[in-house]
Amino acid sequence: MPAFTPPPLPSDDKRWKIVNGTMRKNGFARHALIETLHTVQSAFGYLDDDSIRFVARSLRVPLSQAYGVVTFYHHFSLKPPGKHTMTICTGTACYIKGTDKLVAAAEKRLSIPQGQTTKDGKISLMTARCVGACGRAPVVLTDGELCGQMTGEQMLEQLERWAVE
Amino acid sequence: MTIEELEQIAETTRGEYAKYDHEINVCMGTGCLSQHSDKLKDALAKAVSDQGKNAFVRRTGCMGLCAAGPLVLVDPEEVLYQHCNATHAESIATSLGGEPVAALQCDLRDHFDQQVHVVLENSGHIDPEKIDDYIARDGYRALVTALTEMAPNDVIQQITASGLRGRGGGGYPTGLKWGTVAKAGGDLKYVICNGDEGDPGAFMDRSVLESDPQRVVEGMAIAAYAVGASKGFVYVRAEYPLAVARLTNCLRDARRRGFLGNNICNTPFNFDVEIRLGAGAFVCGEETALIASIEGRRGQPKPRPPYPAVSGLWGKPTLINNVETFANIPPIVRKGGKWFAGMGSERSKGTKVFALTGKITNTGLVEVPMGISLRKIIEGIGGGVPDGHTFKAVQTGGPSGGCLPAELLDIGVSYDALVKVGAMMGSGGMIVMDDTSCMVNVARFFMEFCMTESCGKCIPCRAGTAQMHTILTRICAGDGTMADIDLLVDLCTTVKETSLCGLGMTAPNPVLSTLKYFRNEYIDHIVHKRCPAGVCNIQAPAPQAPLEVLA
Repeated sequence: MPAFTPPPLPSDDKRWKIVNGTMRKNGFARHALIETLHTVQSAFGYLDDDSIRFVARSLRVPLSQAYGVVTFYHHFSLKPPGKHTMTICTGTACYIKGTDKLVAAAEKRLSIPQGQTTKDGKISLMTARCVGACGRAPVVLTDGELCGQMTGEQMLEQLERWAVE
Repeated sequence: MTIEELEQIAETTRGEYAKYDHEINVCMGTGCLSQHSDKLKDALAKAVSDQGKNAFVRRTGCMGLCAAGPLVLVDPEEVLYQHCNATHAESIATSLGGEPVAALQCDLRDHFDQQVHVVLENSGHIDPEKIDDYIARDGYRALVTALTEMAPNDVIQQITASGLRGRGGGGYPTGLKWGTVAKAGGDLKYVICNGDEGDPGAFMDRSVLESDPQRVVEGMAIAAYAVGASKGFVYVRAEYPLAVARLTNCLRDARRRGFLGNNICNTPFNFDVEIRLGAGAFVCGEETALIASIEGRRGQPKPRPPYPAVSGLWGKPTLINNVETFANIPPIVRKGGKWFAGMGSERSKGTKVFALTGKITNTGLVEVPMGISLRKIIEGIGGGVPDGHTFKAVQTGGPSGGCLPAELLDIGVSYDALVKVGAMMGSGGMIVMDDTSCMVNVARFFMEFCMTESCGKCIPCRAGTAQMHTILTRICAGDGTMADIDLLVDLCTTVKETSLCGLGMTAPNPVLSTLKYFRNEYIDHIVHKRCPAGVCNIQAPAPQAPLEVLA
């Protein structure tokens, strides 16, 4: 059997080298699928068809399995994120402290349901299943930065700041 | 590495710190960092050097009392400051050696004195990114002792004697599990640390990994020696970036010091650990689903037996324990199983870390001996319900647990006692609810969680949780009927008895426990069309046209 040669990188984009690095570190083993998808998502912000195809071929995983994994785990996103992301924690402690009102207020302000990005691509509204900062509930992540004891006004102010940028 | 060399390192490290008159510990866990405790630490370091004080400013892990953060602990005076920020650095530095800053002082002796710290003994006292800090507090002593003086079987005997039970929620005796893996044949075995803390409202594992990661690695290495494994994995949620960073750093240091790698402590024992990131799936806390995830597949559970102890990761015998279970191992090996068995209740030994959150004054992490009453935790250590509201329920065990009313506050916290009243220990989330929470809505919230997190493999869980969610939503909207309650109970029993894994088997618990203890609220929603807590948005029934009495 001829030795396996991984497929060429999809483009000159340097980020593919980072992705390839993760796979090489794991010896192109099939079990490195999730690790590699993590790298793709952190490098590109999301997973598109090309990247899933590339990873699946490189690791010799059926495309159906790769797509199955991507859609199974909440962490992976198939759509590009907006310029800014507001993630509202909907864990139990945050729920008890009224995070549902925050979600409703943000949905109303941005006129999009949770999980979507505004039409101009500026702001994504996400929810998270507990970020583990329950001591400071209710919690939101503004572009990944954790802000505790959030009020509706504070959150809307932040959204305004992003909207006028 | 020998015991003597280990002591040499500990001695040198302690000597370094002894040069200082004061040690200023700044909490840099996720909670306090989000309030810029990193800037506070820099400001303190600057203030101390500007004022020429002989003090050392240290980054530490979580001190527990997240509600009062950022926290600063000054040793050896043991003065605790709360709600500090960078502007307070000058006054704290000035106060060193004199009177403490009264305005910032946190006087919660009650909160701390009633706790017993075993797992959290180093949290808030050591720099989680310095392995020597850990060694200075007896770190890796247990591993070196086990490797050089104990046979693998002796280690398992100590663990069995300690009565330690799995801290991930199931409560399976740890010694028994280790024994099974040790007896399993094959020369390749794995040890997995389950840090997929999916239970919303719980953050013990995050805190342990952030504050004292070496302890978990040491526990894993001891376990690997005892069961004959050579490779370990730590499965951590991707939502915990700080824990992942500190763990990565900790593994590198442990390798450098020779606690991981080949021929550890000049013995034939080889062991190394890799990190695997979770990708946001609650079901991956279940051991067979977690194994599937490490193998790079969808996290769907498999029927047991065969148990992972016999055929786990890549078909090899695999030991899976929770972060907190591993964190308990070093002190047990160091001090003996008997010491551990001396704490706790009859059938639940040792201590347990709880994440106390929700409507409670002192939110944060607490570690208490097993068997302590819920009342002591909530009213004593937790400081009770704030803002003049009254206590309504405490929820233990997350989406798999139950809601317990005020009448049950005097039961002792143990695996068996909690299961008996329809809740469960779970991983240690404890969420307090007051009179502003609607219990029907809480049940609906948990069912929605289980519905979205169900992996879809078995029908009772996939379809049952969706049906129960529909019924609960209907009741919350005021459109339920009394027959819905019977239907709910019926569905709960089916889902509980026929689901494949723990997620489905425990998903009905929040519904069953609220139906048992808060049935009135269901009846209020169904019959009187009102929500006592004012949470649910029930449309008032259209007023009936008054009957005109015909004369």
